[in-house]
Amino acid sequence: MKNIRLLLLLLVVLTASAALTTAQINNCLTCHQDFEDEETGPSHLIVRDIHIQKGLGCADCHGGDPSLEDMDEVRESRDWRGVPSHLEVPDFCSRCHGSASYMHEHNPSLPTDQLAKYRTSIHGQRLFSNKDTKMANCISCHGTHQIGSARTPHSTTHPLNLAQTCANCHADAEHMADYDIPTDQFEKYRQSVHGKALLERKDLGAPVCNDCHGNHGAAPPGVASLSFVCGNCHAIEAELFNASPHRTAFEENDFPMCETCHSNHLIEQPFDKMLGAAEPALCINCHAEDDGTRGLATAAAMSQAVEKLATAYDEARTSLEDVIARGMMTTDEEFRLKEVQQLLVATRRQTHAVAADTVDSIAEAGYRKANEVRTNSAALVDEYYFRRKGLGLATLFITVLVVALWVYIRRIEK
Amino acid sequence: MAASSSSSGGLSLQLYQWLDERFKLDTVIEYMKGKVVPVHSHSLFYYFGGISLFLFIVQVLTGILLLMYYRPGADSAFESVRFIISNVSFGWLIRSLHSWSANLMVFAVFIHMFSVYFTSAYRKPRELTWLSGMALLGLTMAFGFSGYLLPWNELAFFATRVGTGVAGVMPGLGEQVLIIMRGGEEVTGATIGRFFALHVAILPGITVLVLSAHLLFLQRQGMSEPLDWANKPESDKRYQKFFPNFLLRDLLVWLIVLNILAVLAVLFPDGIGAVHWPLGAKADPFAPPPAVIRPEWYFMFTFQALKMLPAHVWLIEGELFGIGVFTIGGLIWALVPYLNRKSAKGQPSKLFTAFGVFVLTFVIVMTALGYILE
Repeated sequence: MKNIRLLLLLLVVLTASAALTTAQINNCLTCHQDFEDEETGPSHLIVRDIHIQKGLGCADCHGGDPSLEDMDEVRESRDWRGVPSHLEVPDFCSRCHGSASYMHEHNPSLPTDQLAKYRTSIHGQRLFSNKDTKMANCISCHGTHQIGSARTPHSTTHPLNLAQTCANCHADAEHMADYDIPTDQFEKYRQSVHGKALLERKDLGAPVCNDCHGNHGAAPPGVASLSFVCGNCHAIEAELFNASPHRTAFEENDFPMCETCHSNHLIEQPFDKMLGAAEPALCINCHAEDDGTRGLATAAAMSQAVEKLATAYDEARTSLEDVIARGMMTTDEEFRLKEVQQLLVATRRQTHAVAADTVDSIAEAGYRKANEVRTNSAALVDEYYFRRKGLGLATLFITVLVVALWVYIRRIEK
Repeated sequence: MAASSSSSGGLSLQLYQWLDERFKLDTVIEYMKGKVVPVHSHSLFYYFGGISLFLFIVQVLTGILLLMYYRPGADSAFESVRFIISNVSFGWLIRSLHSWSANLMVFAVFIHMFSVYFTSAYRKPRELTWLSGMALLGLTMAFGFSGYLLPWNELAFFATRVGTGVAGVMPGLGEQVLIIMRGGEEVTGATIGRFFALHVAILPGITVLVLSAHLLFLQRQGMSEPLDWANKPESDKRYQKFFPNFLLRDLLVWLIVLNILAVLAVLFPDGIGAVHWPLGAKADPFAPPPAVIRPEWYFMFTFQALKMLPAHVWLIEGELFGIGVFTIGGLIWALVPYLNRKSAKGQPSKLFTAFGVFVLTFVIVMTALGYILE
């Protein structure tokens, strides 16, 4: 009786497994893998695609009945959508990505307004209005059968790969020939402080194309919005700039805010000589001695304060390094030097407010601390020599005692 | 000048007479004058007990000075040690002397122990001297282990977590022992409190008692003579007086050690090579452990041996197996005066000499591997 029950149970399990296997049949892969290239064929590439990893199949995008074996029958089967044209791709993807309820089931954290944003972008506007099929659509950036989350390193939209993804079109002179924009952005970005941080030091905190231009709603930042774009990361600098007299002057002259001094794609590491009343300072590009403003005088005063503190910081650091090399305990001075460094950063930052007095007062505080570090370092060097002299004397004293004792022992042993 | 000398000599004499009247010092000095110390090719090793004692005294003195500024607790220990070495006058020197003398003391204790072992000086009638010496070795190691955590820096924190974790592997009472040692399931401020009490009160108290017994046994029984002296004619045996000859030589060695200690403490206040104790960063229980966690050099052989053991040895967990072997090995080592019957009869034992060579080689090789493979 027990054996019969076991046999029945086994039968049920086997039947259920067979039914499940039938339900999961995906004949698309069975056929396509046979004739597609292993390196480039979609049916082979798709294993790394996030949609497949989330449990979707070919039919979820392309439609049709995947259990059918004949391709003609598949084309005539339910919901067959086939391969969308370049123009159709945004709507094709948005069937799911624009549906909040559908996305909620698979990835609730993903927004569902990509298509709406895309329509506002230069890419979307020209694709839909001008039917310009050279415009990027979803697959131009995300790929087709190897789509990955922007968080996965192999994804074309991962921060480390994104600049190259944009450059695939924007650095292609032939592709961009019809549009009046340069094609050297990627090259410039690579040489910029942001590009070096991201691409060389792999600092994922550094901005890449989409951080300034947006992604689905990609557009060049306008003159007025530039300080907001840069201010997303450089918040204090933006705040200081907006409160400065430069803000109004830039607006009146239609100067882009940060870009005027720092450039855009080729943003170099700022240096102290950028500020001042003589070459290579940038201030002289707009200001002159007789322009009726105090511009150059303020620039010269701020430059002097920054340079004075920067020199004091370098000297303090050198004196402290000398102490550290001697093996002395320098924790307190290292903390103090860090404070000087922070005050130097604050002084440089404060120049965005174009107020020489404030810059000077911060620099003065830093200068005083730098002097403390130098004085204390010198005291530590003195202490170092004091220790050596003390050791020398103590060693000499003990050695004399040792010798005297040895002589005494020899004498009593005789 | 002569008057001054005679008056100071007279004062000393008066003081001596005053003390002698009350404590019968003459008897003690007569007893000491009668004591002799054997002179032979291995006499040098007699000084290592004295060196250990001298370094222990330095430990106590510098420890008391550190106590004046050290504040136990997760929020204060690290800061107070930093204060000692950066703000307190000569604080850096006191900490450096304390750390160097601790390491030199462990080294001297090890040499003392191995020299006693290889000369079979533990044999009857000195079994209790050996056992009390073994207890002192254990106490010295406990001093080192408990003192390591006190600065509450990153390396000490993680090393203590690993070290106390070993106790938790013991079957039966392991978990309870671990909780008692740590003052909870994790290494926290409560652990510092316990280790501090252990380091400055419990261990010194016990050490003074055991050390007194050890020195008393030594004074009563004198220095052990080499085994081959049993068959030597009296005329071939050489001795020196304990008082004042040996005691003065002991003092001479102490001065030399003090000189070495001073040079090391001043030139290398944070230690050097494998023997180093930089304060570094404050312990952060939530930070990832540093790439290299290592115990102090004298625990390295056990640490490395446990690390090299496979996950399982037969059916026993590897670490547990290792602890078991170390426990049994330690017991054999401690009970050697009773196990080595030949030595009790004044005969050398090849078996126990071979065992000693094996243990010494094992300790050296495992310690070296610990540093080479890290």
